[in-house]
Amino acid sequence: MKFSPQTAAPMNALANALLQTDEGLSRGERELIATYVSSQNECVFCQTIHGAVASAYLGDDDWSFVKAVKENYEQTALSDKMKALLTIAGSVQKGGKNVTTAQVEAARKEGATDKDIHDTVLISAAFCMFNRYVDGLATVAPSDPNIYRYRASGITQKGYSAEGEYIPHAT
Amino acid sequence: MGLFFFNLKYKTCIIMPHISLPEGLPGIRSLAAYRPDTGAALYALAEALLRGDSSLSQADAELIAAFTSSQNDCTFCTCSHAAAARFLFGADKETVDAVIADYQTAPVSEKMKTLLAIAQCVQQDARTVSDEIVAKARLAGATDREIHDTVLIAATFCMFNRYVDGLATLTPTDPSAYEPMGERMGTLGYVPPKYP
Repeated sequence: MKFSPQTAAPMNALANALLQTDEGLSRGERELIATYVSSQNECVFCQTIHGAVASAYLGDDDWSFVKAVKENYEQTALSDKMKALLTIAGSVQKGGKNVTTAQVEAARKEGATDKDIHDTVLISAAFCMFNRYVDGLATVAPSDPNIYRYRASGITQKGYSAEGEYIPHAT
Repeated sequence: MGLFFFNLKYKTCIIMPHISLPEGLPGIRSLAAYRPDTGAALYALAEALLRGDSSLSQADAELIAAFTSSQNDCTFCTCSHAAAARFLFGADKETVDAVIADYQTAPVSEKMKTLLAIAQCVQQDARTVSDEIVAKARLAGATDREIHDTVLIAATFCMFNRYVDGLATLTPTDPSAYEPMGERMGTLGYVPPKYP
């Protein structure tokens, strides 16, 4: 993002509009969709950082709940509505035309609104962009989980921007 | 359940979008009108990427966008960005269809072929953008900026294609519907629609 600030600004605006709100889907639910799609795309960096943010919102201190969602969301304690929306997210990850009216109806049956469906599709689509951007330029993904926890706590407080310390100072 | 209706403006029988969108607007325009907040960010990204500061010409940027969209089988995005590319290529507009059909034999520079190869990798699995492929592009004269922009255009269109098709937005099937869109994109650029 530092290489290309003109495109970074609208990308951060998009991330904030999609992920930093509790209107309809909660912030934790939104980050779960982002994490799930990123794991389907096998993007290490994105699934780890957004997983860390999701865990921070959901009180998942040891990251085990997010791990379970990535591995098999149907078997977790997620709401039926979230499971239906993750099915839609999984379809978007493969390609937009994989979203069927049956999947949409199943989500509506569990209480999903037009906004929930729209946001699920756009979050999924946007992460198919972010994952490709990060992996396509072979950016470096840190391996220390503490870096992700540190960054996640900044994001839950201040949202998405290209500024701020990436790595905590040594103490 | 699939609901059909006949759209008079775009002369096509279509399936309804998955959510209630403003009527009469196609593709991404319907989505930007439905959600002006995310629409503004998306249009700003398109504007910066396709018409911003880059040594890639706007014509070449639109060509990469149209190519990526055709690889993703997204009719609306392919047709609209191909129309923009044709408008910008002018007398050489047949290049656009040649690239979409088979970029390796199309009448474009070696550099452009290496950039399209990168776009294709990004579209399929971005981890396959190898050092070898990037080296080939550099050897053909591509700068870091051009490689970056190619990756980001391809990645961004993997988003737009999924968004537009994932919500089953209105897709005109009459090719002539896309020409005015292409001209607008090539001149005014990416301005979110005002609706109603």
